Amino acid sequence: MSQQNSVLYDVPGPRQRRITLISSLVATVVVLVGAYFLIYRPLSDKGQFSMELWGPLVDPGNENFSQVWDRIGLGLKNTLIAAALAIVSSLVVGTLIAVLRIQLKSLARRRYTGLATPVAYLLRGLNVLLSAVTRVCVEVFRGLPVVITIFFVARGFPEFGISWDNLWYLVIGLTIYNSVVIAEIIRSGMEGLPGGQAEAAAAIGLSPLQTTRMILLPQAFRIMLPALISQLVVVLKDTSLGFIISYEETLNIGKQIIGVLGNPIQVYVVIAVLFIAVNYSLSKLAQYVQHRLSRGRKTAGTPAQNPPPVALTSQAEGAGGGVI
Amino acid sequence: MSVLIDKFDVFAGGFWLTLQICVLAAIGALILGAVVAVLRISPVPPLRAVGTAYVNIFRNMPLTVVMFFAAFGLPALGSNADFLRIPGLDVVFRRLSTDLPYFRFALIALVLYTAAFVCEALRSGVNAVPAGQAEAARSLGLTFGQNLRYVVLPQSWKASVVPLGSVIIAMIKNSALVGFFGVVGDLSQTADQLTSAEGYAFIPVAIGISIGYLIMTVPLGALLDRIEKRQAVAR
Repeated sequence: MSQQNSVLYDVPGPRQRRITLISSLVATVVVLVGAYFLIYRPLSDKGQFSMELWGPLVDPGNENFSQVWDRIGLGLKNTLIAAALAIVSSLVVGTLIAVLRIQLKSLARRRYTGLATPVAYLLRGLNVLLSAVTRVCVEVFRGLPVVITIFFVARGFPEFGISWDNLWYLVIGLTIYNSVVIAEIIRSGMEGLPGGQAEAAAAIGLSPLQTTRMILLPQAFRIMLPALISQLVVVLKDTSLGFIISYEETLNIGKQIIGVLGNPIQVYVVIAVLFIAVNYSLSKLAQYVQHRLSRGRKTAGTPAQNPPPVALTSQAEGAGGGVI
Repeated sequence: MSVLIDKFDVFAGGFWLTLQICVLAAIGALILGAVVAVLRISPVPPLRAVGTAYVNIFRNMPLTVVMFFAAFGLPALGSNADFLRIPGLDVVFRRLSTDLPYFRFALIALVLYTAAFVCEALRSGVNAVPAGQAEAARSLGLTFGQNLRYVVLPQSWKASVVPLGSVIIAMIKNSALVGFFGVVGDLSQTADQLTSAEGYAFIPVAIGISIGYLIMTVPLGALLDRIEKRQAVAR
């Protein structure tokens, strides 16, 4: 931040400093006055700052305080359970999809010369078919909104006679979406590695699967760690969609509290603060890890590796949306 | 499968409404995001703080919460979002001037949320311009504004296109949420309506809705891939 700014403008001289100081003061006054007249006044006119509405959330002496926070605690717990299950399962499934796609790609070059011609053609046809199927699956599930995925899972599974807990619908819906996103992150990480890595592995006699498992995957995980942590933020945000299938996560609990106490703005402020606190620290962690990784690379004497652009965009997308 | 043909106008209507929301929200988010990005790189510290706070707040909050804020907060602020009834624009986008404010609320929430990501995409583009460019411009005596206008922004634009595109794709997908916030008739609400209220078979409806979203997201994603590959070659 600071270094980028110093690039865009000179170190300020006395006159520039004066101008900056004056405009800072003016800007502060404008922002504060604007906030006062446009936000504070209308809200306080409607009594949104009264203790009646805030009390149950912030005043430990209030009769409802402990009950409200018990419920919010339950909601948080459910949110975290869903997020943890979703992230673990999407990591596992995503890695499997990435490995499968890489394997299929490397098998596509094989001609199966040792086998009879029809068998060889059959194997190659199977290979092409499988890679087409995985490709289509990835594109389709990456292109669908995660809300819709969750909604389809919750509506569709009972149609086939599978009725589970709402938690599992949410987890499966999140997993379907996030596993293909993670698969793409890991795959672009593996393909972004220098070609010499795979060649060296092949030269010392590792099979394609061994190459992927022992050489490519660990390095891809390492490079893609920041992107993966950002994806965790996305999953955490997306658990809030559980409210559409009435899973009892934080937002849904918030709605129940609002139903009883009638203080929507206050409850949502508290929930927003909780989400922002957790996600902000996770984003900071991702930044820190990225920083550490790029530093570690330099001291190890190998050229610093930046994640390939695909990873960065999927990060942006994830953060946006898959975001939600 | 007959529901796809019988109710084709419903699907098409849902698609059209979702497309309207996406176009309007994209325009709004690009404008607001550019403003926030300017705030974030401006030389005035309080403005920078406002920009940073904005991005951190909206990027770390679920869109669901932003929507609830729009739905409960704006009425509390005494606004029905009537300022969005822009004359001329509401001829094409007729939902802007309906009496029920939910379309406008959902639009505002989507714009506020997406703008934070647009800002980050633009800023990452500015960061991608080599420092020497801006330094050379400064040593020529260009001011901050001239520096941005003639040297940094034209180059950063190239680096921003792909991230911006993924932000827009994400926004299209996020727009599915508005159907659950009282906006009647968009694709996701259509899915709910047809399966639960009108009792159509689930699978055909799901296929129809999926196609509706994929028409918007997949070509855009393919286009971005192409741009990205061409840029990689150009470098």
